Amino acid sequence: MKHLKGINKKARRIDAMVSASVAPPEGDVVALQQNPATPAQRPHVPMGCALAFSPGWEVDSAGGTAGLCQPVERDIYDCYVTCFWPAQVPDHLNNYPDWASKCASATKDWRNLDLVFP
Amino acid sequence: MTATSTRTCTLGEFHRFEGGGKQFLYMVTSGAIFEMDGAVGAVVGLLSDAGMSPDELAERLVAGGMTWSEAAETIDELMRARVIVADDAIREPLEAPPADFPLQSLVMNLTNQCNLSCTYCYEFGEDKVATPEGKPKFMDIHTAKASVDFLLAESSGRRSVHITFFGGETLMNFPLLKQVVTYATERATEQGRTVDFSLTTNATLLTPAIIQFLSENKIGVTVSMDGPPDLQNKMRVFANGRGSYDIIAPRVKALIAGHRTRAITARVTLTNGVTDVVRIYRHLKDDLGFHEVGFAPVTTSKDRLYSIDERGMDGVLEDFHALAQEYLEYALRGEMHGFSNVSDTIAELYQGVNKSHPCGAALGLVGVGPSGDIAPCHRFVDSDTHALGNIATGIDREKQAAFLDKGHINGKYDCHTCWARPLCAGGCHHEAFVRYGDTGHANLHYCDWIRDWTDTCLKIFGTISAQNPGFLEQFAERKALD
Repeated sequence: MKHLKGINKKARRIDAMVSASVAPPEGDVVALQQNPATPAQRPHVPMGCALAFSPGWEVDSAGGTAGLCQPVERDIYDCYVTCFWPAQVPDHLNNYPDWASKCASATKDWRNLDLVFP
Repeated sequence: MTATSTRTCTLGEFHRFEGGGKQFLYMVTSGAIFEMDGAVGAVVGLLSDAGMSPDELAERLVAGGMTWSEAAETIDELMRARVIVADDAIREPLEAPPADFPLQSLVMNLTNQCNLSCTYCYEFGEDKVATPEGKPKFMDIHTAKASVDFLLAESSGRRSVHITFFGGETLMNFPLLKQVVTYATERATEQGRTVDFSLTTNATLLTPAIIQFLSENKIGVTVSMDGPPDLQNKMRVFANGRGSYDIIAPRVKALIAGHRTRAITARVTLTNGVTDVVRIYRHLKDDLGFHEVGFAPVTTSKDRLYSIDERGMDGVLEDFHALAQEYLEYALRGEMHGFSNVSDTIAELYQGVNKSHPCGAALGLVGVGPSGDIAPCHRFVDSDTHALGNIATGIDREKQAAFLDKGHINGKYDCHTCWARPLCAGGCHHEAFVRYGDTGHANLHYCDWIRDWTDTCLKIFGTISAQNPGFLEQFAERKALD
């Protein structure tokens, strides 16, 4: 730690623990839709799929997908629109704004979603 | 998508103090002590009136000259160390120690008989909890051996254990003490472990032969003694009222001269009229030659004539401060001072203890009386109300759990807003029982005194840390972990 110097045993243990920690800093989780009056001026981790319970994310009680309250195809929009997750879908903000334009209804038109070739 | 509410940062639980020109924080939820820099001072200053959001805090720090990344880094560090907390941070109660906590020490009350009749004695005085009627007055070898076996069996995992001999007047049963030393040493050696011994005595019965035995067997000795003749003879008297100073002074001198293997300590009980701490210390340390001197106010219900009133306690504290200042001067020169109230506190501060219970009673320590009854500590020995089983049948786990439950800091609500609780944890179970009739009651009559004393010792700790940190290394070893 930079600003606190441990001068007893317990403090040195806390120091070692904090220094070894790679977890994102506590308190720096900002929801995408929150739109704070003063935008954070530093890197932050938006709140997304891993932190919100999104029904339809996995399987139904029978182990299939038919009984989910939302179609599995909806998942792709959770990644595409509301989440920043970069690996699974094209970047819709800058480079591929039209990627999903032919897919108004994911359950019907999901085949229109194609690969992109950067 | 769920939107999070904007969080508010507030100051965590800490006690800020100064020492040797540096600023420190004593962290209440951990017992950690940090030296802080100006950036921390700025954050603490900004949050001292009211909380604010992390963003606002960062903005204020940037306005004060930090870059954004410095501000973010500072806030992050202070959050992790809990100098600042978010308002949705969960307050974690302290865990209870494990139910199979291994014994470390056993206090053996060799006898409940005494040749003195000290007015304030918690074993025989007006506030006694003991009920010795119909029980043996002297422990026999059978019970003593069973106690040793019990200690060794219940301390598994510990390389070294400790036996303290106690009374009554311990030396009234010296023949048994000798046998126990031999027996316990043999049994511990068989198991590849060590056992060390200490005893508390009023010094009236010390002889050259006893002194030689204590020295040869490295038995630590604490002498209960209240100071120079006029103070010693006030409370520490024989049954006929005669003071004990003249009897013990030559014996104490012989003990200190003849016992070269362990430090010899004096333990002073402060009472109404026996509050001249500096004079007592000078006499015991300089005139008689004790290596260490420790003080504690008498345990008493508050209407006893010998209890110290508030004005008296203020005087005691003033004297404590004077001796503490002297301790600091010694420490900065790298010398050991004999005022053990400071060194005991500093040893705990060095470790950063954060106590669930005020002491080891019924945890790492138990007392055993002449009857073989097991008590939470020596102060409860021979009390039917507080017995936790008998050495013949083992410890009564239910009673032990009930005692520990009661004494846990989580149940002492008065303590939950006090910054001194990591060290104090509500104070002595026995004192609480005498004062409030409940071992689990916080000792509210000495809170101010504890906070003042803890603050004093923190300042000493901080100053030593700033100016002669090497001195603190001697506190690195912790006996309880052996």
